[in-house]
Amino acid sequence: MTDAIQLLVGTRKGAWVYRSDTARKSWRTQGPMFLGQIINHFVADPRDPNTMLMAAATGHLGPTILRSTDGGGTWVEAKRPPAFPKAEGGNGRSVDHSFWVEPGHASEPGVWWVGTSPPGLFRSADGGDTWESVEGLNAHPRVLDWFPPEAGTPDGAIVAGIVIDPRNARHMYLATCSAGVLETTDQGETWRPLNQNVEANFLPDPYPEFGQDAHHIALAPTDPDRIWQQNHCGIYRLDRPGERWERIGNAMPRDVGDIGFTVVPHVRDRDTAWVWPMDGTEVWPRVSPGGRPAAYRTRDGGASWERQDRGFPAEQGWFTVKRQAFCGDRGDPQGLYLGTTGGELWMSGDEGESWRQIAAHLPEIYSVVSAPLT
Amino acid sequence: MISVLIPSQLTAYTDGVTRVDATGATVAGVLDDLDRRFPGLKFRVVDEQDRVRKHMRMFIGREETRNVAAPMRDGDELLIFGALSGG
Repeated sequence: MTDAIQLLVGTRKGAWVYRSDTARKSWRTQGPMFLGQIINHFVADPRDPNTMLMAAATGHLGPTILRSTDGGGTWVEAKRPPAFPKAEGGNGRSVDHSFWVEPGHASEPGVWWVGTSPPGLFRSADGGDTWESVEGLNAHPRVLDWFPPEAGTPDGAIVAGIVIDPRNARHMYLATCSAGVLETTDQGETWRPLNQNVEANFLPDPYPEFGQDAHHIALAPTDPDRIWQQNHCGIYRLDRPGERWERIGNAMPRDVGDIGFTVVPHVRDRDTAWVWPMDGTEVWPRVSPGGRPAAYRTRDGGASWERQDRGFPAEQGWFTVKRQAFCGDRGDPQGLYLGTTGGELWMSGDEGESWRQIAAHLPEIYSVVSAPLT
Repeated sequence: MISVLIPSQLTAYTDGVTRVDATGATVAGVLDDLDRRFPGLKFRVVDEQDRVRKHMRMFIGREETRNVAAPMRDGDELLIFGALSGG
């Protein structure tokens, strides 16, 4: 059974919405919206599908949050966007851009979270209109160890992801680019690293307490004790209450490797997930290995992986898929959607067995988020 | 009264108008006045630590300033530009 869905697409040059029919065969386009603005993340609220938030910035202007409460028809800017507290002497941090936008727990309507660059966490209790610094992280005694100013990705150090335990609003995980995974059990008042056995092969101690680059983390929807991680160095899985991650990427083909940006758990099967490998050899080209794009699927928790490339170029395909640009829907079979650094939007209606292009010639795609079309 | 030149990057806030009058004893005061009339404008030019954003430039008359505490006098002109910012 499938339903009509919408894909919220954030790009380096604006935002688009693609809305499907119930068969997910044909698509209507809305956009560009905010042409020229850098849209890092564009998210609908599962608690109220008419509410949508975008993280926006431009090459010139400072960052902001844009809000819609009518399903993307009209937009207003947040009254008080995420900003660090003002520091004496003018040496404090300032938000360069908001990177990750996360709707709050189902029990907390109106609550939203944002992760920023430089790394910071912000909370809104009014649907994204005004934002407060989460000082439990942003003023943590170890903040300069976890987020040293000189560390970070080419686009700036980031909080790369926010995950909330669906069973407990106070239990959250962050993916960060310089402290790995951080966990809180008191909704952000205190934090601790959760990185046992996760490699950081760019540091003197390759298995440190923190310092890893967690590209992306996601909980299995049917088993929130299972965390999937696509890390800078490989693919990992952790089953809580365990503390030690398992390098499940070791089972990937050696000529493909297990480096990538993103991982998508299956909506119903805790043992199934997809990744999108990229070339992390030598100078890190960050393109599909060998120019042959493919998703890889595991159906046994990462013990083995199968290549899924039907529909993609068989050769000379030099793109990749960024952290927020690969997602699934809730259909059965589950639909999969991804946006490429080359500005193409692709989908699979058969859980990755085959792929087809929905759109091309868009700007570099930063995020693709699916939401029910109501 | 101070005449302010609004760059193209900010005309979405001013309904397309590129020249507005404002009041204020400092650059920050002028920006505060603009922000009251065009909510959100100031934060996109000056960050939360009162630093002019990296790719924005401001001139009082012909003199560039990155100091939001710089004094403004009646009759001055404040020019706001988007700097060269590629990509």
